[in-house]
Parts: sequence; structure tokens; C-alpha cells
Amino acid sequence: MTAVPATRASGAEDPTTAAGPALRCAGLTKSFGAGPVVDGVDLVAERGDFVALLGPSGCGKTTTLRMIAGLEEPDAGTVEVDGRLVARPGRAEPPERRRVGMVFQDYALFPHLSVAKNVAFGLPRGRDRADRVAAALETVGLAGLGERMPHELSGGQQQRVALARALAPEPAIVLLDEPFSNLDAELRAQVRAEVRQILGDAGATAILVTHDQEEALSLADRIAVMWDGRVVQDANPEELYHRPVSRAVAAFVGDAQFLPGDGLGRRVATELGELPASGGATGPVEVMLRPESVRLALAPGAPSAPGPGEDAGEGDGPGRPAGASGTVVTRAFYGHDQLVTVRLDSGRVLRARLGTYGGIRPGDQVTVSVRGAVLAFPRMG
Amino acid sequence: MLTLRPRPAAKPASLVRGASAAGGGALAAPWRGRGGVRVRRGRPPVVVWLPAVLAGLLMLTPLVYLVIRAGESGGDVWGLVLRARTARVLANTALLALAVAAAGSAIAVPLAWLTSWTDLPLRRWWAMAAALPLVVPSYVGALTVVAALGPRGALQGSLERWGVERLPTIYGFFGAWLTLTLFTYPYVFLSVRAALRGLDPALQEASRGLGHGPWRAFFRCTLPQLRPGIAAGALLAALYAVSDFGVVTLLRYDTFVRAIYVQYRASFDRTLAAALALLLVAFAAGLVLAEARLRGRAAYHRLGGGAARRPKPIALGRWRWPALAYCASVVGLALGLPLGVLVFWLLRGVSGGEGLDGLATAAVHSVSVSALAAAAATLAALPVATLAVRYAGRVAGLAERVTYLGYALPGIVVGLAFVFLGANYLTPLYKTLPLMVLAYVVRFLPQAVGAVRTSLLQVSPRLEEAARGLGRGPAGATWRVTVPLTRSGLAAGAALVFLTVMKELPITLFLSPIEYDTLATSVWNATGGGAYGKAAAPALLLIAVSAVPTLLLVARDRTARVGRD
Repeated sequence: MTAVPATRASGAEDPTTAAGPALRCAGLTKSFGAGPVVDGVDLVAERGDFVALLGPSGCGKTTTLRMIAGLEEPDAGTVEVDGRLVARPGRAEPPERRRVGMVFQDYALFPHLSVAKNVAFGLPRGRDRADRVAAALETVGLAGLGERMPHELSGGQQQRVALARALAPEPAIVLLDEPFSNLDAELRAQVRAEVRQILGDAGATAILVTHDQEEALSLADRIAVMWDGRVVQDANPEELYHRPVSRAVAAFVGDAQFLPGDGLGRRVATELGELPASGGATGPVEVMLRPESVRLALAPGAPSAPGPGEDAGEGDGPGRPAGASGTVVTRAFYGHDQLVTVRLDSGRVLRARLGTYGGIRPGDQVTVSVRGAVLAFPRMG
Repeated sequence: MLTLRPRPAAKPASLVRGASAAGGGALAAPWRGRGGVRVRRGRPPVVVWLPAVLAGLLMLTPLVYLVIRAGESGGDVWGLVLRARTARVLANTALLALAVAAAGSAIAVPLAWLTSWTDLPLRRWWAMAAALPLVVPSYVGALTVVAALGPRGALQGSLERWGVERLPTIYGFFGAWLTLTLFTYPYVFLSVRAALRGLDPALQEASRGLGHGPWRAFFRCTLPQLRPGIAAGALLAALYAVSDFGVVTLLRYDTFVRAIYVQYRASFDRTLAAALALLLVAFAAGLVLAEARLRGRAAYHRLGGGAARRPKPIALGRWRWPALAYCASVVGLALGLPLGVLVFWLLRGVSGGEGLDGLATAAVHSVSVSALAAAAATLAALPVATLAVRYAGRVAGLAERVTYLGYALPGIVVGLAFVFLGANYLTPLYKTLPLMVLAYVVRFLPQAVGAVRTSLLQVSPRLEEAARGLGRGPAGATWRVTVPLTRSGLAAGAALVFLTVMKELPITLFLSPIEYDTLATSVWNATGGGAYGKAAAPALLLIAVSAVPTLLLVARDRTARVGRD
């Protein structure tokens, strides 16, 4: 690719950037008036990493990003970019000296400048400026649109101009602040994939701020979950989804339901029977059930539809209770899967996400069980 | 194709802002509410807050000075202030304000409705013509009213053949009320028109769907929603009536302004004038605060999204002719009458061999002092508006509020304060251009801040931050991004100040250097000797100059809706 030269490659040639990760934040803290908005955030991104800062609105993720960019000054803690200290309390380098590229939620394209001039904005005057602009535009698939004005482009194209503008000066890291939230749902999936591709090709280190867990899970190599100004979990997507550190994180990342139980060491006794507990459990606990790990089987003797309606499953061991019985309440069919709600005989309602084989209908009697080991959290109150 | 523009769409309220600000004491952008743009919470740099604080202090000088001055004579001044005559002046002022606001609303609401929601023929033209009386300086208006309706005026003259020797007197309340109503109803008109255009026609349609006829739908559904808009406009008209100098002086109606002027002219002890001025400021401040409160609420109605669907015009049917007659008579009285009288005088004067000597000099004086004041006010407004738009915090809020309260400083108060200051402390500056320009800045800073604020609000702080991230320092980001994007707004703001200064009267009268005649003082001096004919040429020139920016603003408002720049 004649693209923007990879940050990784150029970094290797530049001796000053050889030390340390692309980004290291340590103990970053910031208050506005009342309590801290960001409270001791540690975050590391190695070269070429795509890290997502995920959290509900108001958790401090945008403020963290703005401190990395130099748009806010931290009250405490430090920021290092490419091994160079750029912010410590009382001394923060201004944003223009940090080699940090930014892509804003509303793109912040300069409305009075053409696309090419937007991209050229961060480039030094010189002979190769035009070439670099052309290369950057080509990277994002907008070659030939340089003379357009920003408002003449579609939302997805504007997004890519913003990306090209941020990447053109070859920053050490690119910060993306909710960059997809202005796009409608259809476009969003496509643009996300494009952006991931472009950043990957450029070898750029990227920090993405988002409140959309699906976005974080599908894009990032690593996700730092922020809650009340702190990073509560920093993990790869699989681990975050399957082993969230707390009930709150579990509920925020993906669809989770909780079942009370009693920890018996390696197993947990619940109304669905004794379930293997990954990581062990003792005392009163709550068990996290993702809907896709809930299994349904038509109860024998029910007015069953024949064939694949029965969940084949891995087969229950003969010594193990086969779960609890319940009644199907609703069924929502999504094409690629379906979501079924079941009321257990105890009155508890559970959601199960199943393949789209037919057969299960509201009113059916089913046996409810759980696939695989479960994760248990201490029960509060 | 998606149309996600990084710049917010053209603001719907710009017509109101522009044209009403052109008249004098108008209030611009929303008081609170920052259009969803995140405010930087950090500490503003010195280059921003220091000039802003200085501008705020400058705004406070007249008030502080008047307080000191009024307090100087000890207790007896309050005895003077509190005597019966002051109570009468207060009652006069309140009555005039109330009557002007009420009559202005009564004239303006039907006009606004006709020109925005019906199929009135030439309604765009009428909308523009109905706003134009704003460009007639009030003292010019008063002059022509006296000429037409006063003793031995045109009306009496044409009635003489039927033996009418005297008309009911034009002087006093009636004349002041009539004149001020004719030249301030556009405030209500513009405010109501903006509210009408922002109104969702679906509400009116829903009301029709619920079984109300068109009239009932208007009174039950539309009118209540217009109430904040009407009240905001009416308060502006009232504020104008309270602060106006030319009308009450020429038509000899005793309001605070005239009482202050008489006191100032009559005696060397200006303590009483200072005390009266403080009372006037308190009165005006009450109106300004009420307006600010209402304006915030009125603006709320337009928040629903940029372009409301245009309603289908209501067919007037056979009511079309009375409606046209109504528009024609309002515009005829407020615009045709003064223009007609002035043109008549001009022609009579020219054919009578009256020279136009001095006109060119006065015009040059007017233009140069107005240009200076416009540049100075815009420059002073920049830090205040930047602070208000880009930073939250106590200093920012305070600076903005102080400048905002400047709307409550009538020209005569500023003029008086600066005369005191100049005569007692700044004697070398007294009756010089710099002091005059400084007084203009104090008088018109709120207006300039409003204009600068509006144009800054159009530039998302994200744009400056993006420029910073791309390697520009604060100055570079401002120069390369903020300045190009606000240039036209700043120019428009400066133009507004320019034209307001052109027709400003009391400050000019009090502070203009000796032998430094401007167009405004030429008009005024002509009235003194009863040589009304001499006022015609400068007055027409003033109107022509004032009309240009107003027309441009109205035109810009239209093109902004059709396409982007």
C-alpha cells in the first residue's frame, strides 16, 4: 500500500520512540467541582494495540481520553506517549506537541476547508505535502475527493476524512471518541469494519472510547471497562464476556441474568440443579447465566413437535439432575437466532437464546438446564 | 446520502437578533443553554480573562460613578428624589412603557400572523416593510409626527379650509405614546414572527383535528404558545420607551429621561440628575431581567429542531382586502409618513435655494466616529464572548452578566456619567473623540457581545481541539479555524454597532467635541430653531444608511435558509 507509512515501522527508525509502550497512563485523576470524575486510571497500550475504553455515560472515559490528548490537565497521575512523559501534575504539554491524533464524535472537520486541506492541516509545509495528502486519502478510500467540501460528503465519508486527517501526521496514537455514534445503524457496522481495517493497515495504536459494548467487543484487542472514574476490568473481549469481575460489569457487557444459589466449593446448588462453578464458590452467591448458555428441552409427554425441536445438547450425565421444568412464555424470532422466555415452576423467568430450529412455542412445557460451567458472584444483602 | 454536517444549521433567530439589535437595546443569543456544546471547564488563559474583566469593569464605571455622585450631597438628595414630582415622573414613565408595549403588541401580532401563516399577497415584502420602521431614528420619527400632526402641521393645514383651527395637542402623553408605538412595534413583530415560524404546525393541525375551527385553533392553541414571544418583544418595546431620549424630549412628556435632561440643562448641581439616573437604571434593569427570563423560555419553543415543517398558508379568502388595508395603514403610518414628510421638506428646501452645506462634513464625522466605535466595541466584545461561550465558571458568568446588564444603561445615563467623569477627572479627554468612543463602547458592548457570542456558538470547540491535536498552538488554531469561521458573523456584529452609533443621540449630544457635527446632531440642532427643513437631508441620509444593513440582514436570513454559503 502506498498508504500512510505504518507507525510501527517509522517508530522503529526513530530512536526517541523506542522506549516504552505507545501509551502509558498511571494514576490519572481529574475532578470537576465535586468528587473525582476520573479516579486513578492506569492504562497501557502497546504499539499497534486497539484498546477500547468502555463504560456507561458519565463514567469518566471521555475525560480520560481528553487528558491523554492534552485537552484537560490531570490533577494527579502521568501520561506517557511513546515513552515520553507528556503530562504530570502541574506540567502538561499542550496537545499540539503530543503526537496524538484525534477523531471526534462529530468528526470536527473544518467546514471552511476542502477535504484535501483538512487532511493537510496537520502536515508540515513542504514538497511532499500534497503526496502525503493523496496517500492518506487513498488509504481511506477517498482518492479523488480532495477538492470536495466536507458538507458534500456522506456521514461515512466524513468519518473517513476525519480518520485520514488524524493519521496523516503519523501520530503515536489515535484517539477515537465515540466515532460511530453519529451514523445510523446500517452504516455503522460497515464503517466500523472499514475503520478497523484502515487502522490495522496503518499499524496505528488506537484508543476507542465507547459506551456500546458490542462495538468494543467486536473491534478491540483489549477492553478497559470504566465505572465511576475507575478502570474496573482490563481484559481481552472473550475474557471480559465470560469472566467479568463483578455483577455490574457482567450486566453491562452483554445480556446477563442472575440466579441465586449456594456455593459448595466447586459446584453451586441452584434451582436448576447443581452447576459446576468455574473458579469455585462458597456461601450465598449469584450465578451469571448468559441467555445462550441456557438450554431448553421439550418435556416428555408434552404436545411436542417432532424432530429437532428437542435440544440435542451434550447429553446429561445420568447422575446429574436434569434441571428444572418450566413453561415457555414468549418467543422472539430474529432469523439468526431466537430469544425464548421461560417461566420456571418456581415463578422465576429466564431468557434463553437458541438456534433457529423450530418447534418451541409459547405454552410448551420444557426442561431448563445450563450448558457448561457458570460464574458465581457473592450475593449481596 | 447522509447530511451530517459538522456545523450546526443556520440559526432561525438571526432575523430577530439582527434587526432588533439594530434598533438599540436588544437582547441577542439565549442567556443560558449552550446548544449542547460541551463547555471547557478549565481555567481561561490570561489573554482571555484579563481583557474580559477590564471590559466588565468599564461597564460598571458609569454606575459606580453615579452612585458616588448621588451619594455626595448626603441625605437631602434623597429628599429631593422622593418628593411628589419624582413620583409623577415615575408614574409617567411606567404608563408610557405599559401603553407602548400594549399598543405595539396589538399592532404586531396580527401583522406577524398575516405575514407568516397566511396567503396574504406579497407577504415577504410586507414582512420586510413591517420591520423597517426600526431604521427610523426615534427623534426623526418624532419630528415628522410633530410636522404632520402638530400645531400648524400638515393635517391641521389641510383641515383649515373647513375651519379647523386647532387639533388636540400632540405634545405630552398622546404624542409620545403614538410615536414610540409606531417605531417600536417591530420588536414585537420580529419576536412573534420568529416564534410563529418555529411553531410546529402539527400542533395547530392536531387542534383542528380535535374539532376546533381555524379561529378557535388559533386562540386556544397558537396564541398561548406565542405568549412568551409576545411578552419578550413587548418588554423590549417597553425598555425602548423607557430609555428613549428623542421622542420624550421633542414631544415634552416628563419621563425619567426628560427629567434627567432638564435637570442636567437647568442647573450646575448635577447630583439630582445622577440620582434620577440611578432610579432609571433600576427601572430599566427590571425590564431587562424580565426579558432575559422570558427570552430563555421563548427560545425553548424553537429547540425542537432546526427547520420546522412549513405549514400550508391559511387562505384569507375575502378577508384578503381588509388584511391588506391593515398592513398598508401600519406601514404607511410608521414608514410612509416620516419618509413622505422628510422628502417633502427636502424638496421644498432645495427648491427654496437652501444649501446642503455642512452635510458632507457631518456625514464624514458620523461615519468615522461610528466606525471607530464599532471596531472598539467588537474588539472589546471578543474576550467577553469567548469567556462566556468557551469557559464556564464564576469569572465567565460574572463578566457576561455585567455586560448583559449594560442593556439597562440608557444612552442618557451613559452620557451623563461620562460628562461627569470627563469634566471632573478626565479633563484632558473631555469633549474629545476618545472619550466619546469609550462611552459608545459602554453603551453598545452588550449588543456587540451578543453578535460575537452568536457567531462563536456556531463554531464547535471540537474544531479548535482538532486543530490543536494536528499540531497548531492556541493562536494558530484561533487564526486558522475560529477566525475564518466567525469572520462574517463578526462583520455583521460590527455593522450593527456601526449603524446604531450612527443614529445615537444623547451620548453624541453630551460628548461630541465642539464643532464636531454629526448627522444626528445636525437633525437635533435643526429642531431647536424650528428649522425642520434643515433636518430633512441628514435625517434621510441616516435612514438610508441604517436601512442597508437591516435589509442585508433580512436578505441573509432568507438565503441562509435556502442554501449554505
